[in-house]
Amino acid sequence: MAGHELEPVIGLEIHVQLRTATKMFCGCALGFGEPPNTRTCPVCLGLPGALPVANAEAIHYGLMIGMALDSELAPVSTFHRKNYFYPDLPKGYQISQFDLPLCSGGKLGKVNIHRVHLEEDAAKLNHAGASGRIEGADSSIVDFNRGGTPLAEIVTEPELRSAEQVGEWLRLLRTTLRTLGVSDVNMEEGSLRCDANISLRPTGSDQLGTKTELKNMNSFRFIERGIRAEVERQRALIEEGESVTQETLHFDPKTESITSLRSKEEAHDYRYFPEPDLPPVVITEAMLARAAAELPELPAAREQRYIDELSLSPESARLFAWRAELADYFDAVRASEASLEPQQAANWVTELQGRLGDQEAVDSNVTAASLAKLASMVASATINQGGAKQVLDQLVEHGGEPEAIVAAEGLEAVGGADELAPIVAEALDANPELTERLRGGDMKPIGVIVGEVMKQTRGRADGKEVTALVRQQLGLS
Amino acid sequence: MSEELQALSAADAAAAIAKGDLGRGELFEHYRARAASDELNAFTWVAESMPDSVDGPLGGVPIAVKDLFCTEGIPSQAGSKILAGYCPPYTATAVANLEAAGAPILGKTNQDEFAMGSSNENSAYGPVQNPWDRSRVPGGSSGGSAAAVAAGLAPWALGTDTGGSIRQPAALCGIVGLKPTYGAVSRYGMIAFASSLDSAGPLTRNVTDAALFYRHLVGRDSADATSVSFPEPIALPTSERLDGITLAVPAALVDGDGIEAGVRDSFEAALESARGLGATVVSCEIPSAPYALSAYYVIAPAEASSNLARFDGVRYGLRVDATNLDAMYTETRHDGFGDEVKRRILIGTYALSSGYYDAYYGRAQRVRTVVASELSAIFQTADFIVTPTSPTVAFGLGERTADPLAMYLSDLFTIPMSLAGTPAISIPSGLSDGLPVGLQICGPAFSENRILGAAHALERAIGFDGSSAWSAL
Ligand SMILES: [Zn+2]
Repeated sequence: MAGHELEPVIGLEIHVQLRTATKMFCGCALGFGEPPNTRTCPVCLGLPGALPVANAEAIHYGLMIGMALDSELAPVSTFHRKNYFYPDLPKGYQISQFDLPLCSGGKLGKVNIHRVHLEEDAAKLNHAGASGRIEGADSSIVDFNRGGTPLAEIVTEPELRSAEQVGEWLRLLRTTLRTLGVSDVNMEEGSLRCDANISLRPTGSDQLGTKTELKNMNSFRFIERGIRAEVERQRALIEEGESVTQETLHFDPKTESITSLRSKEEAHDYRYFPEPDLPPVVITEAMLARAAAELPELPAAREQRYIDELSLSPESARLFAWRAELADYFDAVRASEASLEPQQAANWVTELQGRLGDQEAVDSNVTAASLAKLASMVASATINQGGAKQVLDQLVEHGGEPEAIVAAEGLEAVGGADELAPIVAEALDANPELTERLRGGDMKPIGVIVGEVMKQTRGRADGKEVTALVRQQLGLS
Repeated sequence: MSEELQALSAADAAAAIAKGDLGRGELFEHYRARAASDELNAFTWVAESMPDSVDGPLGGVPIAVKDLFCTEGIPSQAGSKILAGYCPPYTATAVANLEAAGAPILGKTNQDEFAMGSSNENSAYGPVQNPWDRSRVPGGSSGGSAAAVAAGLAPWALGTDTGGSIRQPAALCGIVGLKPTYGAVSRYGMIAFASSLDSAGPLTRNVTDAALFYRHLVGRDSADATSVSFPEPIALPTSERLDGITLAVPAALVDGDGIEAGVRDSFEAALESARGLGATVVSCEIPSAPYALSAYYVIAPAEASSNLARFDGVRYGLRVDATNLDAMYTETRHDGFGDEVKRRILIGTYALSSGYYDAYYGRAQRVRTVVASELSAIFQTADFIVTPTSPTVAFGLGERTADPLAMYLSDLFTIPMSLAGTPAISIPSGLSDGLPVGLQICGPAFSENRILGAAHALERAIGFDGSSAWSAL
């Protein structure tokens, strides 16, 4: 079948480390880069006789996530054991949830949520030796500081259709979680981790193709690149008439290569069964009320508020609301110069973000106050658009105060008939041939005259004003 | 003096210490010396001197502790080679509670590996001999604890009961054993066999000792999410009569094949004593009882297969070095676990496997619910269910090791209460051909005070004397 008839079907499994004071099933404080195995106890080391006790705060965070994702919250939720052997799993099973997860269903943006459940994180393995993996390692050592950190696993329905869509949606999810305050949601540090289930199918079909699972991608860029690479790999296989094998894959961002971690045949039988050490979690009205009371304004509400109250364009409203840091920066810009038109402020924030790539505006050299100042200088025609963009370039590069840069670079706008009229007249005089054509009604050369004026003013004039003056001086208007 | 000391029950000894008639050190040294010269293989570790014990209501009367309880800095091997020499960094809540009440640790006692067994022959540290007849087993899995108390090597002992592991060895050794309501005693620090069934309880010379011991064992523990606070204080029993008490005998179960004539005779005599104390004896049915044993031997191994996964050679215990991870796991567990443990891990792993879960584990859990509701229905009209504790007296060492199913039948009468999570006590009802027989008294959840009361009245009427089993002084 031809390539253009295939569409990707992508579902995500996102692991979020919850920012509780203590671990999921013991009293150890969460690890933040302490010396190895210093945040441990009999429970999170899986010592004989130790028993888990569920962390009430993690359940509270889980309920907040469920509410934010519009999920159905279980009245009674149970923990299960997921059994498999691995050195980072001290008990030989992970306490997770199975048939009665804390949250079922739900929706974020346009993507339906399948479920949200709570579980414990594994410990961290370090492999000595060239392979960097446990196979062929000279030795492997385990740091249990991370083991037992509370995780919320969020599973989407397979409704995403492209790597770009995945990236955009994940930013919305990250913003939602960050707004809730339940997680640091830092992909590089592993507090937000994403696996993607990917398959291809004929566009419009309701059948699902054989899927592969792409594991543990730890940045937005790697996720998008990994998914793109896997979609292309599957597309090539199908177009060559071969079939996709169900397997778990690893994307290496350095080489852009995809390697198999294990096939379906090697998949574990996890032998899930109800965790006998933990009674079912009964969700009380009081727990629900507390979670509801602590819900902050969520991205969808913020988006709507920007449209309703600030008359932002839907594009700007969504861009900001789905990126909480950017929205906070935008709010700071507006707070700094109360007279600014919100959309103008929005346009300058967007302009700035366009120059920053992956860096957040709040982390850049440009303070909200200086961007606000710049925007208000444009609004008051102290400086024109072109000049302002030059100032912005300098702010991004070196930081500083916009007024100082304008003064130092002589970028104040040249405006008004008094200043501009002689320069326009000079430009017309210098181009008699073009002037004649303009007088004759052939307006094509007007751009050259305006360009000449801009050159003389080093871009500080306003193009519209110059055009108006040309017409005026030639008696055309 | 040592005869007088030996003759004191634990409660009497505690009272004598409290009055100043007896020195704590003297009592400890008496039992320490006896435990150290143990010829039954009841102990796996004996204290070298009395630990700094605290003042408390148990007055310094030392305890023997089943090996599977974690005790800080003291070997806690659960009868398994895979934990040979393992000294935990913390102490189990049950042991800590007793220590806090003034009972220092005398020693650790032998047991079936990970509490899997009914004869104590599944210990990596060798079988335990029954003090009544050294060619016979003491029962299991708390065989070391039962033999130590019966032989007078310890005043009392802490054991665990998953399917009968306190009650059956207590019966076979002629002492008292109490299996509590599930959750009444913390499991934190008990090396787990089957989490939903494991209960810690006392093995003692008499019912009053059991009550005193149990009083300091119960309590909600924030480290065990399944523990509950006991709704009332545990009283020392004073009952001498059973007037107005109805005892229900599950006729089909007790009249079935496999129950020895001597056991049945002793049981009938105990019922006669009860009638003499004013009790009414009625017949009842536990229709699901024949399935209870099967359900137990699915649920317990299923949980065990998961609980024992942590013994992987990575962090503690035995590690057999190998060329890769899977080989290290395989070799370590191959060498570290005994046959019965491996058998149950295999059964449990199978029962939980994808495609078999509903047929085995799911169905067994449904049987469990039925058993619990049938017992509960009986308790609507009867105060207690009574049965022999074990269908047989102590059997010969090696007699049943080749036939696991025959061994499993030892728990026929004790398993329904384990599945239902209800409390039950075993007290001696007499001897059959010179070997002790146990009587089981079972009540609804949290009825321990009433059970101890009835057991106390019957104990007085039966008048069993176990002192002939004491090792030479
Ligand atoms: Zn811990």
